[in-house]
Order: sequence, then C-alpha cells, then structure tokens
Amino acid sequence: MSGKVAISLTVNGETIEALVAPRTTLADFLRQDIQLTGTHTGCEMGVCGACLVLLDDRPVHACLMFAVQADGCAVETIEGLTHRRAIDDLQKVFHERNALQCGFCTPGMLVSAYGILASGGEPDRDGIRDALSGNYCRCTGYEAIVDAIEMTARQRRQHREEEA
Amino acid sequence: MNAFAGSIDRPNSYIGRSVSRPNAKRLLEGRGRYVTDLVLPRMLHAAFVRSPYAHGRLVSIDIEEAKALSGVRAVFTGEDLASICAPWTGTLEHFNNMKSPPQVPLPLEKVMWSGQPVVLIVADSRAIAEDAAELVIVDIEELPALADPVEAMSAEAMSQELADNICFATKLDSGGVEEAFDAADTTVGQSFIFGRHTAVTLEPRAIVADYDPSENRLTAHHATQTPYQFQDVYSRHYGIPEANVRVIAPDIGGSFGMKLHVYHEEMAVVGASILLGRPIKYVADRMESFVSDIHARDHRVTGRLALDRDGRITAMDVDDVTAIGAFSSYPRTSAVEGNQVIRLMGAPYDFSSYRANLSVVFQNKVQTSQYRAVGHPIACAVTECLVDAAARELGLDPFEIRERNLIPDNSYPRTSPTGYQFEKLSHQVCLARLKSIMNYDDLLAEQADLRVKGVLRGIGIALFVEITNPSPAFYGVGGARISAQDGAILKLTPSGEVHCSISVTEQGQGTETIIGQIVADQLGIDREKVRVMTGDTDTTPHGGATWACRGAGIGGETALQAARKLKANLLAVAGLILQAQPGELDIRADWIVEAVTGQQRISLAEVARIAFFRSDTLPPETQAQLSVVHHYAPQGYPFAFTNGAQGCLVEVDAETGFVKILKHWVVEDCGRIINPLLVDEQVRGGVVQGLGAAFFEECLYNEDGQLTNGSLADYLVPMACEMPDIEISHVETPTRDTELGAKGCGEAGTAAASAAAMNAVNDALVGHGAVLTQIPMTPTRILRALGTI
Amino acid sequence: MKARAFDYMRPKCVQEALEAFASADGDASYIAGGQSLVPALALRLQAPGLLIDIARLDELRGLSIVDGHLRIGATTRHCEILGSNLVREHAPLLAKAAPFVAHPAIRNKGTFGGSLALADPASEFPAMALALDAIIEIASVEGSRRVGAGDFFIDLYETALQPGEIITAVHVPVATVKTRTAFDELARRRGDYAIVGAGIDAQMQGGFVERMRIAFLSVGPTPVRVSAVEAALTGRQLTPEAIRQAQDVLGTELDPAGDEHTPPKMRRHLARVLLGRLLGRLEANV
Ligand SMILES: Cc1cc2nc3c(=O)[nH]c(=O)nc-3n(C[C@H](O)[C@H](O)[C@H](O)COP(=O)(O)OP(=O)(O)OC[C@H]3O[C@@H](n4cnc5c(N)ncnc54)[C@H](O)[C@@H]3O)c2cc1C
Ligand code: FES
Ligand code: FES
Repeated sequence: MSGKVAISLTVNGETIEALVAPRTTLADFLRQDIQLTGTHTGCEMGVCGACLVLLDDRPVHACLMFAVQADGCAVETIEGLTHRRAIDDLQKVFHERNALQCGFCTPGMLVSAYGILASGGEPDRDGIRDALSGNYCRCTGYEAIVDAIEMTARQRRQHREEEA
Repeated sequence: MNAFAGSIDRPNSYIGRSVSRPNAKRLLEGRGRYVTDLVLPRMLHAAFVRSPYAHGRLVSIDIEEAKALSGVRAVFTGEDLASICAPWTGTLEHFNNMKSPPQVPLPLEKVMWSGQPVVLIVADSRAIAEDAAELVIVDIEELPALADPVEAMSAEAMSQELADNICFATKLDSGGVEEAFDAADTTVGQSFIFGRHTAVTLEPRAIVADYDPSENRLTAHHATQTPYQFQDVYSRHYGIPEANVRVIAPDIGGSFGMKLHVYHEEMAVVGASILLGRPIKYVADRMESFVSDIHARDHRVTGRLALDRDGRITAMDVDDVTAIGAFSSYPRTSAVEGNQVIRLMGAPYDFSSYRANLSVVFQNKVQTSQYRAVGHPIACAVTECLVDAAARELGLDPFEIRERNLIPDNSYPRTSPTGYQFEKLSHQVCLARLKSIMNYDDLLAEQADLRVKGVLRGIGIALFVEITNPSPAFYGVGGARISAQDGAILKLTPSGEVHCSISVTEQGQGTETIIGQIVADQLGIDREKVRVMTGDTDTTPHGGATWACRGAGIGGETALQAARKLKANLLAVAGLILQAQPGELDIRADWIVEAVTGQQRISLAEVARIAFFRSDTLPPETQAQLSVVHHYAPQGYPFAFTNGAQGCLVEVDAETGFVKILKHWVVEDCGRIINPLLVDEQVRGGVVQGLGAAFFEECLYNEDGQLTNGSLADYLVPMACEMPDIEISHVETPTRDTELGAKGCGEAGTAAASAAAMNAVNDALVGHGAVLTQIPMTPTRILRALGTI
Repeated sequence: MKARAFDYMRPKCVQEALEAFASADGDASYIAGGQSLVPALALRLQAPGLLIDIARLDELRGLSIVDGHLRIGATTRHCEILGSNLVREHAPLLAKAAPFVAHPAIRNKGTFGGSLALADPASEFPAMALALDAIIEIASVEGSRRVGAGDFFIDLYETALQPGEIITAVHVPVATVKTRTAFDELARRRGDYAIVGAGIDAQMQGGFVERMRIAFLSVGPTPVRVSAVEAALTGRQLTPEAIRQAQDVLGTELDPAGDEHTPPKMRRHLARVLLGRLLGRLEANV
C-alpha cells in the first residue's frame, strides 16, 4: 500500500512532474516538495484560510486536497501571482494601508482578495467582509484589509472607466 | 527633553509620520521566512504522544513498536530528557511565598493536564512521527481531576511537592475600606466570571533545534518574541555556555505574549537534538496548540464600590480567584496576571481606600500565563462595569459619573492606592475626546428612537490605564533573568548607509520600521538608507525584546541615543576632513551641512569612503569610530503608563441573544507617536482580540478537565464579518523619562475593549432586568440573563 | 495532523469506481470535493486504505431540467449552485441557502452530492433536500435506484446509502408560480455551521397555504421535517396568530440535543424564533 504516485501539474505556470505519497496534501507538497513556502498552514482543516491557492483560477484550500488530486490542474500560489504581477495593485495598497502585521495570513488574504476582485465588481465593505469569512487574521482586526480591498476595487473600476 | 515638537517638517524627520513598513513587502510576496518554512540538512521531525487524562499516574510506556517503525529515528520518554535537563520552577522572589512544582520536559511520574506531552517521537517526516505516535502504548492510572478553581483551593494538593493547591496569595489594603463602605450613600457589588481563552496565533509555535556536538553549540531557530530569554534558558537548563547558544527568531506569525513562555515541547526538542546531534523541527499543529499553548484569564472576581451622595467613589473592595493550570509558567510565572488585576483596579479614578484579595490556584488544566494586556481587561471590566452599575443606581449618565471621578489631568504625579506611580495621564482629555468622536448625544437620540421601535442599541464606554516600558521592577527584582534594558549597534557602511541591529524584536507590529524611523530621523539620513536587523542573539546585543509594550519606549530610546552617539562620531570625522568644528556641522538629507546655513559640505558617503579606505589622509592619531554600541535601561518611573478611553456600540437581538457590534471607538495616549499608522493598527488588532474575548472566545472544559472545543472549528475566534470598523483618536502626553517620550500602545486596544462591550450590552438591556457579568457574552448567556431560557 | 497512508485512484467512469470499491473489502472511501473528508483524514478520525476520487467523473456533473425536475449532478459544486440561473429559477430555496454554506473557497470545491452523502445534520443542503422532497439517484454495482429525501436520512451521518454506493444526481421538483420559499439560519459567525437553521418550501394561493414543507438543520441527528407544524399551517393564512400557533406546535415537535456551546433549551427557543421570522416573510418570498 501507499506507493508514491506520479503526477504532472502546472504550478505558477511551470510544469511540475513529481512522485508524491497520496497522503501528502497540496499544501505540504507546495511548501515542502517544491519549496513554495509562501502558502502557509494555520489549521490544516479548512478553517483559517492561510493555505489558500488558486486551483484553475479559483481560490481553494491547499490543506483540503491531496497533491495527487491536483494532477493535471493549474495551481497558482502567492509566488506565482506576484511573479506575473497579477496583484501588484493589491500588494501596493496592502503595503501602504499596513493591511498586514505578522504576514502569516497575508498570502491567503491576497488569494481571497484576488477571488473577490476577479468578478470585476465593486463589492461594498459588508460584501468584502463576507467574502473574507473564511480568512482568519489575529493581528490586524481586519479593517485595514477591508480598506485595502475596497480601495483596490475602486482603483480598478476607475482604471476601467478611464480605458473605456 | 522631548526635543521633537514642531520639528516634523525638516528633511528626514520621520518621528510622527505614517510611513509603511519596508519589511512588509516580502511578506506580501510570500517571501517571509518563518520557522515553519525552515529546512536544514539531516533535519528530523518531532511529534508527541499526549496524555488523554487531565490527571493520572504513569504506569508504563511501551515504545517498542513505535521505535521499530521504518523512518523513526528515536523515541524519548521522561527519563531520557530529565537526565540532561535541569528542572525549572515558575516562581518569582518578589511574590512572597509563591510556589510551583518543578517541571521537566516530559513527565516522570504523573500527568497533570489533558494534552500534556508524554513521549517524543523523532522521525524522517512529521507524518511518520504521527504514525509512530499511534503505536506507543501509554498506560496511565487515571486520578480525579481538579478542574474547578474554587474546589481546588481547599482540595488535597495535586502535586506531591506542594502542601496545597495555592500558587500565590496576596492582599492589598490601603485602610479605610470598611469605614468607607459603612459611610457610603450608595454601594454596588457584582460577581464576574472571565472565561479562559487563548492566543491562537495564526502561525503556531515552532522550533528547529540544531545542536552541534563538535562545538557544543546549540542553534535554535525559534518562533519567539524573546530570543535572549531563551538563550539564557537553554544555556542554563542544558548546561551549554551562554555564548554557545544562538537563538534566531526570524519572521514570526503572531505572538501576543504566547510565544515567550517555556514550553515542554520546545525543551524536549532541544534535548532531543542534543542527544541525537541533529536538527529537529517541531511545529505544533492546531490541535496541539489548543492543549499546550498557554491559556489566559480565567478569573472569578467579586467587586464592590462605595460612593457618596455626589456619585464620587470613596472605596473599592475586590476579590480575585484565578486558576492557572497545573504549573506556574516559566520564567515569568502565572501570578503576574492576577497581581496586575488587583493593582490596576480602579486605576483611572480618584479615591484612596482600596482593598484586594488575590488567590492564584492550581488545577488540572494547561497553564495560563501572560497574554496580550496581562490582567488589564479584567481590572478594567470589573472597574468599569461597577462604575456603570453605580451610574444606573444613581441615575447618572456614564460620562457624567466618570467626569466626577477621574483623576484630574492637572494633579500629577500621583500614586495609586495600589502603589502604581503615574507620571502624567490624560483621562479628562481622553474622555472628552471620546464623547465628541462618538457623537454621543446623537447616539443617545438614535438609541431612544430605535427603542421605541423595539430595537435595542447599547452604548458602552470604558477608561483604561496600560502598563508599558517596564523597569527591572517587573521581573528582574524577582530573580528572573529577563532584561528590562535594550542594546543597539549602529554601523556605518562604506557607502554611507547605516546598519542597525537591536534587541527589540519584530512580530509584525512594526518594530523594525519605527527603529529605522528613529535612527534616520536622528542621523538626518534617508530612511531607505537604514537597515534594521532584529531577532538573532549572535548578531544583536542582549536585551528585553518584546513584552509589556516596551519596544517603542525602551527600544526606541535605545536607538535614539545610539543614533545620537553615531552622529557625534560622524560629525567629528567630518570636522577633521573639513577642518571645521563638529558643533558647527549637522547631517541633513545624507549630507554633512553647515548647521546654521544648511549649506552642503560633504556627503556622508564621502565621509565614509575616506574614513574606511583613506584613513591615511586623516590627521595622525585619528581613529574614526564608525560603529557604536549603546544600551539603555529605563530609569525614573518603574513603568510608563499609557491611558485612554474606548466606546462600543452594539445592537442586541433580545429574541435570539445575538449581538451585532456596530462600531468601536478608541482614544489613546501613548505619549510620543512615532508612526500613527502603526499605532492605529496595533490598537485595532488589540481591540478585536478584546472583542473576541467579550463575545466569542472561550476554552470550554468538562468536569473531567477535558477541553471540549479544542479546534479552530469549535473555538470561536473573531472573524471579519462580526468585527466592526474602529475609529481611533490620539492624545499625546510624552513621558519625560526619555528623550523620545514614547510609551507603549500594543495592549491598549485589548485592555478595555471587552469592558466597553460589556457596558454596551448591559446598556442595551437596561429595563429588561438583565445584567451580564460574564464573558464571553454568548447568545445563550444573554438569553439566560433575560430569563428567556 | 497528517493523514494515515492510503492508496489513491481516479476511475474513468462510475462503473470503474463502483468496482474499485467492491474489490477493496470495505476499506475504501470515495472522495468528491474532499472538504469534509480531508479534515477527517487529517485528524485520523477516518483512515480508509483506498481513496477513490470521483470528483472529475463527467457522468456526475451538470445542472439540467429533466421531467419537471432540476437534475443536480452529484459533483456540482456549491459555488455552481450559488451562481446558477437555473437553480435560482427552478429551485429558489437552494439558491437562498447556498450563501450560508461554509466560505467561498470551500464552496469552490465542496459538492452537492458530497454534502448529502455525508448528511451532516448541521448542513444546509441535506435539510433543503428534505424541504424540497428531492429524489436521490444512487448507483451501485447492482444498478441504479432512487430514494426520496424523506427516506434517505436515517441517523447521525447515516443514510440510505449502502457501502460502495454512489450518489449520481439529485432531482428537485421545479418551482411553480405558487412557490414561496424562505431560508435563514442563526450561526455565531458567518459561514459557521448554524446553531439552528430552517428552510420552507410552500405553495401559496391567494394568501393561503396549499402545501408547506419545513426542514430544520442542527436540531437533531438528521435534518428534520416538522410535519405537525406543516399540517397546522396548511389551508391557513399566515396571520400572526397562525404563526404563533405554529411556533407552539414546533415547541412540542422538536427535541434537539445540546452541545458545548448551546443547551437544548436554547436550540428549541431559537428554532421557534426562526420559524416565526421565516413564516413572517414567506409571502414576500425573500
Ligand atoms: C471550515 C468548513 C466549514 C464548513 N461549513 C459548512 C457549512 O456551513 N455548511 C455545510 O453544509 N457544509 C459545510 N462544510 C462542509 C462542506 O460543505 C463539504 O463540502 C460537504 O459537506 C461535503 O462535500 P464534499 O464534496 O466536500 O465531500 P467529501 O469531503 O469529498 O466527502 C464527504 C463524504 O461523502 C462521501 N461522498 C462524497 N460524494 C459522494 C457521492 N457522490 N456518493 C457517495 N458518497 C459520497 C465521501 O466518501 C465522504 O464520506 C464546511 C467545511 C469546512 C472545511
Ligand atoms: S491551513 Fe488550510 S485553512 Fe487553515
Ligand atoms: S497579519 Fe498576522 S495573522 Fe494576519
């Protein structure tokens, strides 16, 4: 039982071929096997949101799936989002607004924020708080994070209007 | 002193500015380096077998099958580690007659709480270590568990080393209390229960212990806020020279006091690394965190106030019973919380007769100890709820009764009836400011309107005093090797930048940023040219690090004085180069300038170049001192007190008991503000931890001493949807004890948030015959108080 | 918190999945969204020797109208329910309940079939399946069968599913012009499993209740239909008095258990409050 399984997936746009134990979660695979330590784990049971990554462009918990299940999928982590400059604006506003303290929740918050803003809408504060319902942050008290996402949504809308 | 007022507009003046944190960028890009991320060559992983019982006698431990599992490298039990580790005892000498049983990494005879680590497995991966843990057979004879503190007070001692279950008891009595109560026109009294809660840092506790036998050298990569304290602990308890112990605290995923205590797991892992000569990593998983991180609070308090006919407080009388688990924590002890509770009672108010009784008791639960705002929320809630009760009794508005009783701003210095010396506080200004930022009169009108429609809004306020900038009076005098001073090294680079290594540490609050601001400000250079390093005992001077809100006040002063020292040295060299008097020169915007005219003379980079590479061109005998070391220990007042006021607006659904927190306000006075942005976010984070305690967080135990909600799904931390926006306003009364004038602010939010929330809920329920005096205020408790269920 | 070792396979069709399970001697588990199973594995509460991944089987996907029913493929994810116009139009009660299921990222993976198969009494969709009188389509090596929601939920985490059976789809009768629905729940925090929740699916005509089904979550070992309450309201208008009487009936019909946060009395009380509120806004259909 429990031999390793060959998988092939893309992580941050790169093809990864790997042998994994079926019990290795995607979070552990990312963090340990391919050293993408930007994805964090805070509970390993889906309640803190520190491990959020994009699976085929939607936020999911990397602790709630096994790496074998990601075979053939496209995974993107905070490192990938940063590298392809998909969240430059979010990161800049988070920085200026000091929407992070210890930073442990931050990658997950940014992945959630990416998901919130992906629809192109401009959610209100309650909508943002609602969409963050699965992201725990012990340090900030959330307000600065809500501010930063709200501000980025506004900037993006203004940007779209200018382009139109 | 206090040389900053009005100077905010000069170039490179950074003190008082909201600037962003340079080190936050890497965290935003997923480039943080936490202990949980660390991998070392030949590193092994640890897991623990834990006691399923809250109290029991170890009969036997069978580790054979676990040892035989492929990938398991070692299995350790109590004796293995006790033979190389000196026991530790969590007492302080200035707490008279305090006692606690000695502790060892893994138990030898008895287990004292459910979740106590009993066996350590070391394996190639954490998963294998967990597989092996399932194969260990621990036979424990279960003993009756002492879970209830009041019962524990009189029950037979659970530790064979002790005569009873009282860890520490003390009384304070200023005299005159009985007389004041006898003479009072009004007295109010209430009994309070403050639940146990815990820190729940998002990054759990983590350590990689790496012992190198060839050099008898231990390197501990440890997610702690106090690396120097752990350097001392590992050195003394494992008999390694202190200079051979290096503790590195890299990026840390939250701390809040939880990560400065000695834990059995970390001690065991260090011991295992010594025994195996290999690096070993231990990261507590969330289930382990709940049963092994320190918990906090757990108080039963009765309090009484005596007032005269004008609603002026004449006396206060309190009794606090607090339960701390099976041991007093080490090295800071578990008695500090209770001690601060009884000393902070009534702090904002002007009265002189005070009496308090404190009992700190053992029980079969995990230890409680210092967590953000040690003791403050308890003292604040008891005081402020009693003041509100008195206001209701006397028909006074909550602001009015406080205005009548506050220590007047013009009457400092003052000593409180509990012995605290207040240099200068600003309660009256803060209270007035709170009233105006809350638009209190509008709130009252709105409340009245909504009441007619059956909507129950509640407005609550609370005043607080926060202990910051502690001197050795805190721990040092009690014999603990915990430093109250800090040290900094400033080095000029040959390119004219400055490198600062300092003993205060960073957990995201912005320590490195404010130190950089202070150094840049004092030297007159661009902030980008200052690099700040913290958290490594090998490369930074010994100091107190992070606790009791001392980073800005003490660390900041250290940096300020170090920077002034370096500046003097730089001006001296520049003077030699320019053949000018150093006193006529200054540094502005990275240039040496004429102090009077501001005319640029030579760049700092050029001074550095000459000093480092062309010392031959300097006058003979010149020895340019381009690095400085400076230590600063607080003097003057034993503590600097921050103060402030908070307000909370809630809506209570009287049918369901659910509470919506609509808004929260904070006015705080932490003296000189170095970076308002960071102060505000410290306050907000602190408030939310206080609101968590007020409404959600509680470690629930059954009568067998089992934690019944020990997972992040069952223990309710505050989340984004339930938390309000928080408005903050500042009053600045710098301390005159330092040049910088800064006091702490990190615990201010937590100190009074739960008190304001309790007052708000009780205000909403006025007229419904319900008063809540227990936190968290859950829907069930609210409906019980209302008599609905 | 690491799962015990197991083998993993991803069958190409339902038949292959069923056969794989059959040859595993009962030591296997299907995994769909994994949002409930993976935490259970991490906590070592469950430790099957084989995981059979059914999340990608085309046969289990999709939303469509078949024979006057909305057919929900078992692996339809919560987010698809939430975002679907088909669901909003034909099964408005599900659309109303969906935002209360967990958090966005969990809704991106968790499946409708998985939720029913797990049959957590605190879950929204099992209770709503009951309120909607849904039909559950089940495949086994012997063939396919259909079970009504009323017969599906048997006890705590126990359903009509036999070991090795797979839910392939769920069929929900489509809404009519007379349909009125309401859903709400009381949870301490957004996205938490609720202390109590309820959904109502009713047929109303001229202000009168022609038929009403009410299902509660978190009030017993299974989702709970309150037929006495339903009967008490059928044929009546939802006057304050009718609502109060329904609440009284509910008080005798429910027998919820307590947990560490909530005593039974509290649950019963909240269920009563919730029922009143839902009935009060049923006609408005919000
Ligand atoms: C933090 C958190 C909060 C949550 N909150 C809620 C909530 O508020 N409300 C709620 O309803 N749910 C909640 N969930 C659970 C979530 O909705 C799950 O997705 C759902 O319960 C199970 O669906 P799944 O597809 O993930 O199933 P899995 O986890 O894959 O499987 C669950 C069980 O069902 C079996 N199974 C799955 N699919 C089938 C099938 N087609 N046929 C037969 N057996 C099958 C599996 O073998 C397994 O035993 C929460 C989960 C988490 C982690
Ligand atoms: S680690 Fe995945 S949600 Fe907490
Ligand atoms: S910044 Fe520390 S947990 Fe969010």
